[in-house]
Amino acid sequence: MSALTLSLKETPRQRVDLSPLTPDFLKGKTHAQISAIELVCGNRRLRVGELFDVSGNDASSLIINNSCCKLDRIGQAMSIGSITIHGDAGAYLAYAMKKGAITLHGNAGAYAASGMISGLLRIHGNADDFLAAAIPGERHGMNGGRVIVTGNAGDRTGDHMRRGQVLIEGNCGDFCASRMIAGTIAVLGTAARGAGFGMRRGTLLLNSMPAELPATFNDCGAHHLNYLTLLIKSWHSLDTKFALLEPHSSVRRYMGDVANSGTGEILVWQ
Amino acid sequence: MVINGVTIDDTFAEAFGMKATRVVITAYNLKWAYHAANAATGFATSVIACGCEAGIERKLEPEDTPDGRPGAAILLFAVSGKELAKQLERRIGQCVLTSPTSAAFAGISEGERLPLGKNLRYFGDGFQSSKLIGGKRLWRVPVMDGEFLCEETTGMVKAVGGGNFLILAESQSQALAAGEAAIEAMRKVPNVIMPFPGGVVRSGSKVGSKYKTLMASTNDAFCPTIRGITRSELSEEVHAVLEIVIDGLTEADVRSAMQAGIAAVCGLGVKNGIRRVTAGNYGGKLGQFNFQLRQIMS
Repeated sequence: MSALTLSLKETPRQRVDLSPLTPDFLKGKTHAQISAIELVCGNRRLRVGELFDVSGNDASSLIINNSCCKLDRIGQAMSIGSITIHGDAGAYLAYAMKKGAITLHGNAGAYAASGMISGLLRIHGNADDFLAAAIPGERHGMNGGRVIVTGNAGDRTGDHMRRGQVLIEGNCGDFCASRMIAGTIAVLGTAARGAGFGMRRGTLLLNSMPAELPATFNDCGAHHLNYLTLLIKSWHSLDTKFALLEPHSSVRRYMGDVANSGTGEILVWQ
Repeated sequence: MVINGVTIDDTFAEAFGMKATRVVITAYNLKWAYHAANAATGFATSVIACGCEAGIERKLEPEDTPDGRPGAAILLFAVSGKELAKQLERRIGQCVLTSPTSAAFAGISEGERLPLGKNLRYFGDGFQSSKLIGGKRLWRVPVMDGEFLCEETTGMVKAVGGGNFLILAESQSQALAAGEAAIEAMRKVPNVIMPFPGGVVRSGSKVGSKYKTLMASTNDAFCPTIRGITRSELSEEVHAVLEIVIDGLTEADVRSAMQAGIAAVCGLGVKNGIRRVTAGNYGGKLGQFNFQLRQIMS
């Protein structure tokens, strides 16, 4: 069986909601049935067959070719299989994803991994603002699972993040881990202004001191934290630069945001 | 059955069903891991008065531990899950949490979960935090030398307690040498502990006593100094008896340990004063498990 492949015929003029196209929903469907699925596009509805060429038959490993930034909600609430995307993805990639793996060979739009519960999201490119953050009106952002970004992440990464791990190999924008509730964000590059603003709990692990640390973070000194050994060991099986980190390094610990309970931590490798 | 001049009695050891758990204790170096492990398994020779039976199962190299530091695996056995949970919390809280540089991890992943760091985290007084790594929740409790890292729970499994055999020797020193040889061999067997001091017990007991308040009393049939006034089990040449008690995670583990121990004792043979190996039982009516000595050694 070959992977079920959807190849975008041409870039749509308006944004398209691709949330129905998950391995869960497509499993067992024929090409005709898949082509007949309706997708919301702006204020109208399009059938999958109008947007995509459909080939292959294994819905558990779905491939989307020629993808573009107007395809929103790819992999929403998926709970089985994998999705591989060639090209960019729109907003809400892997929103509320329950299980499985999504690999994006391109850039992701805003709110990628928001509400994600479990599974793995790999972004071989950059992620826009609000990666793993809560969408307006929701209390929590990412709720579990793991996100790996090989490029950079935008502003407000991990805003209201509740659980899980976000590993950014590049840089992250302003207010990374803002209002973070729990979980781990690790950045190998640099962090811009306002890192940890309003942070309640959780960990922001940085390779270098952020451009500016909020005044509401207090220096707790340099330490070897035993749990980091376990955390880094858990990354060793991953295909990421994080797998190359030394497990016995010490970190400088800043705790805050003291204006918001103050038990979050920004750790900076020594 | 006679092995190297040592008579193996046609009898059996009677053992009981217990509940058990394993905890992996690590520290900055092996010395401090053993300080914590020794303390946590101290005063845990018998469930009769200690609440649980516990011991160090084995030394762990850094590559065998979750945090890459040297450590020790300890096993705890109790008569019920409730008692085991109580003993675990007390012992980890008082002996491991308090020990410099220590950390505690689950040593058994399956079975019913017992709280490990789940309640101890409150020592952190609100400054504690947790991390979910590889599906396991770890608690980080701030302490004066850094952080006490402790997995939230550990697994509890059904186990076997009270496997035993007795070494009958011509002298006390020969009995002790045989006991030491047996323990050295048995320590190589995984999933078992010998909970008494040095693994060897001299005060074997029988059920009941002439004193109504006592449930157990000295096993007079095996006490050499009163052989003339009691129904003694000892022959003229025997002047000292030592017992080895074994707790294991499974019946097969206890059997393997008994086999290794008795073989080591028989290896010394009659030329080193070892005369007989026998076992303690209650007629086979109380315990769930019977370990026939001759079957084990055949």
